[in-house]
Amino acid sequence: MQQASIVEIEGVWFGYDAARPVLRDINLAIPRGAVVGIMGQSGCGKTTLLRIIMAAHLPTRGSARVLGRPTQDLDREALYAMRRKMGMLFQFGALFTDLSVYENVAFPIREHGELPEELIRDLVMLKLQAVGLRGAAQLMPTELSGGMGRRVALARSIALDPQLILYDEPFTGLDPISFGVIVRLIRELNDSLGATSVIVTHDVQEALGVVDYAYFMAGGQVIAQGTPDEIRSSAEPFVNQFVNGKLEGPVPFHYPAPDYGADLELAAS
Amino acid sequence: MLPLEKLEKIAQPLRGRLERLGSTVTSHVWRLGFASRFLFYMVMHSGTALRRFRLTIAEVYFAGVLSLIIILVSGLFVGMVLALQGYETLQRFGASESLGVLVALSLVRELGPVVAGLLFASRAGSAITAEIGLMKATEQLSAMEMMAVDPVARVVAPRFWGGVISMPLLAALFSAMGIFGGYLVGVQLIGVDAGAFWSQMQAAVDLRNDIMNGVIKSAVFGVAVTWIAVFEGYDAPPTAEGVSRATTRTVVTSSLAILALDFVLTALMFTGGNAQ
Repeated sequence: MQQASIVEIEGVWFGYDAARPVLRDINLAIPRGAVVGIMGQSGCGKTTLLRIIMAAHLPTRGSARVLGRPTQDLDREALYAMRRKMGMLFQFGALFTDLSVYENVAFPIREHGELPEELIRDLVMLKLQAVGLRGAAQLMPTELSGGMGRRVALARSIALDPQLILYDEPFTGLDPISFGVIVRLIRELNDSLGATSVIVTHDVQEALGVVDYAYFMAGGQVIAQGTPDEIRSSAEPFVNQFVNGKLEGPVPFHYPAPDYGADLELAAS
Repeated sequence: MLPLEKLEKIAQPLRGRLERLGSTVTSHVWRLGFASRFLFYMVMHSGTALRRFRLTIAEVYFAGVLSLIIILVSGLFVGMVLALQGYETLQRFGASESLGVLVALSLVRELGPVVAGLLFASRAGSAITAEIGLMKATEQLSAMEMMAVDPVARVVAPRFWGGVISMPLLAALFSAMGIFGGYLVGVQLIGVDAGAFWSQMQAAVDLRNDIMNGVIKSAVFGVAVTWIAVFEGYDAPPTAEGVSRATTRTVVTSSLAILALDFVLTALMFTGGNAQ
């Protein structure tokens, strides 16, 4: 398993300031070819972990090996060489608003090589066909719906046939049809490209339907891991509450506050 | 109460004020240093902007060509007002034929670069800041980073060079339009002799001392305005409020920078032996 891992996180600690660590002793391995979910509620550190994987942050302690190399050892050139083998789907697509759909998908191809225009066209159409939007090639990003924008961004992130695809909250704000399309695309693209996918999300139920393996995070730590079935039947109270969307459990409904009666000044009467 | 405690009580607010003053000064110096490093990094990573020159040409269009209307119309009116006011004063001394000299020197030495610079800051500088700031807020710059494309080289440097190229051209057009406005009012409306207007202007305006110095001024203003604009955009907090504040700061800071630099450059260029 260790040999075949495309991402290996070992004993990673990270904090934006030294006093408050966001990640605390994270250990995980992402095997080549798998679709792996990193799940948990907002603020649990999962997006920070994603930024550690994409080497936007370096661990303050521990090591992160991505595509076989520790991210701490990468200079700018090596970092960019590594990122050329990675694709990233941002939460809201992050399409370039001054470029058409076609030019958005062509952007990474143009930036990293001097291919003839005909070949670029074929590659772009291939990627747009894969996400079902070949017919929308000439539209501008402002003319697309949220789901279509997400698919174009997905086509752009796979333009260079990446080995590792990272998804940051790919299901947020999608209608059921767009959601179904994205789920199917994540699986299909992963398998057809022979890539590895990491999905960071709080849409647990939806994500469990597509991933091979899941890590569950809370308070900056991995508190559970396993196959989707193992996560669904987990006895861990937090996972149980989260997966089933229960009000009762270790995560309170109320944000910590002073006594309700005292706040309404009812104590005296 | 012990004297030491008394002293402490008096010193406490003073210390607070000094600390605030110190931290304000430090943060401004730090920011200036950061902006200078940013400029250095951008210049060092301008290879893409120069190699793929059409990226820079596109920015010359956005910063320069789209500013033409406001620059030309303003230049025309400034020249016309200069001629009206100048004639009023010159005729008292029987020197109304020198109107052409007054209009041309005022424009090429001062008003051309300065007013065009101020207009450029509010029209193109604010647009550059807002565009880069919004690209940052909508994660477009992060997306480029993730595609192994340096946003400073791909987005910022072409905008910088586009602005630097546009500004002297705009200032020259402003001055030309102003002189034409001066001619319309002075010669066509008031009736100053056309021959005197043009020949005195030709005799008094020196290519090196006046026109070249004006071009140098406008180039310096172009660098200052575009540098401030791209830096403020790149450094803006990725929120609506952050981008709006950065845009305002661009206009305010670059206007003040233009006026301060103009004083320094004028002192260096047009005093002593250089003055005509």
